[in-house]
Amino acid sequence: MAEKMNLTQNFLKGIVKENPVFVMLLGMCPTLGVTSSALNGLGMGVATLFVLLMSNIVVSLIKTQIPSKVRIPAFIIIIASFVTIVEMVLEAFIPFLYEQLGIFIPLIVVNCLILGRAEAFASKNNLISSIVDALGMGIGFVIALTVLGAAREILGSGSLFEFKFVSEDANTFILFILPPGAFIALAYLAVLFNKISIKTT
Amino acid sequence: MEYILILITAVFVNNIVLSQFLGICPFFGVSNKVSTSVGMSGAVLFVMTIATMATYLLYQYVLVPAGLNYLKTITFILVIAALVQMVEIILKKVSPPLYQALGVFLPLITTNCAVLGVAILALGLENGSLLKAVFFAVANSIGFALALIVFASIREHLELANIPKGMKGVPINLLVAGLLSLAFLGFTGLV
Repeated sequence: MAEKMNLTQNFLKGIVKENPVFVMLLGMCPTLGVTSSALNGLGMGVATLFVLLMSNIVVSLIKTQIPSKVRIPAFIIIIASFVTIVEMVLEAFIPFLYEQLGIFIPLIVVNCLILGRAEAFASKNNLISSIVDALGMGIGFVIALTVLGAAREILGSGSLFEFKFVSEDANTFILFILPPGAFIALAYLAVLFNKISIKTT
Repeated sequence: MEYILILITAVFVNNIVLSQFLGICPFFGVSNKVSTSVGMSGAVLFVMTIATMATYLLYQYVLVPAGLNYLKTITFILVIAALVQMVEIILKKVSPPLYQALGVFLPLITTNCAVLGVAILALGLENGSLLKAVFFAVANSIGFALALIVFASIREHLELANIPKGMKGVPINLLVAGLLSLAFLGFTGLV
């Protein structure tokens, strides 16, 4: 029973208390770079979730085989292999998303969130808790990116998931789909997140 | 002329940090003092130039002839990680004062997405050549340095400002970065 509680907590901490984007500020480059629409944010989030999950699984399975001196390069190779898989799958099956995310797909390799979880969690814990940790952190990342993308898309283009709810010639707040809007929208979302998480704890 | 255009585009119009969102982690991480941000910029200039040169040669003369383009991500990150280690060891032996100045920043650079990002972007330049790729890397690291140092100087002033409680820390920094990025947006259309 106690173990089950632990797993649930472990899962939830990635979504709220240690949310990778709003609290830990990990993986900021893709967070700011690709979230000009909710769909892009979701796509990037899911791609990262996949790499995070797979690398956590592999790292936790072979953690005893890796000499501790070369563990960082070893983790990077594991992560880079899965990123290459994601890159090829996206190019083959979802070319539209591949075009949109562009340079940020190979850059999943240097997302500090993934290397951080491999080093701080998967290399010290067993398979099950590593999977749960990856799912929690990954879903926290997906939620953060989707929310940020949705906020910017609603303000900047007056639509959500490509579904437009203002007339074609309406004046929207274009600033929010331009680069400065990424910083400003994330700043206010972080304020909001602070307020909510202070209240609930 | 072409090279001047690359320089202006990389530094002002398409600034690597403020409009392409590469290298955001060091941008927020080491920008609390001007002196550390100068050190970081120096380290990035150094590593980015060497890394781009190495990866460009590797891509053109090894990966492309062998038809292994899809291995580019793995090989590039390995080359960069190895290079950073090597630069660190060489600097320690050859120039201890430079090592003192840049040493602490070097390990952080492996996971600086700006280095990998520029190495990949340099492959896509029009009529690319080795010289152009290296120049592109230098121009981008100047852009990185400009953004980082300006941001650090603003943050030093922020310490004295009276900031609302909910905005302290992360949000105010993001907001400042947003305004800075807005200022750089003014350069659009320059080239």
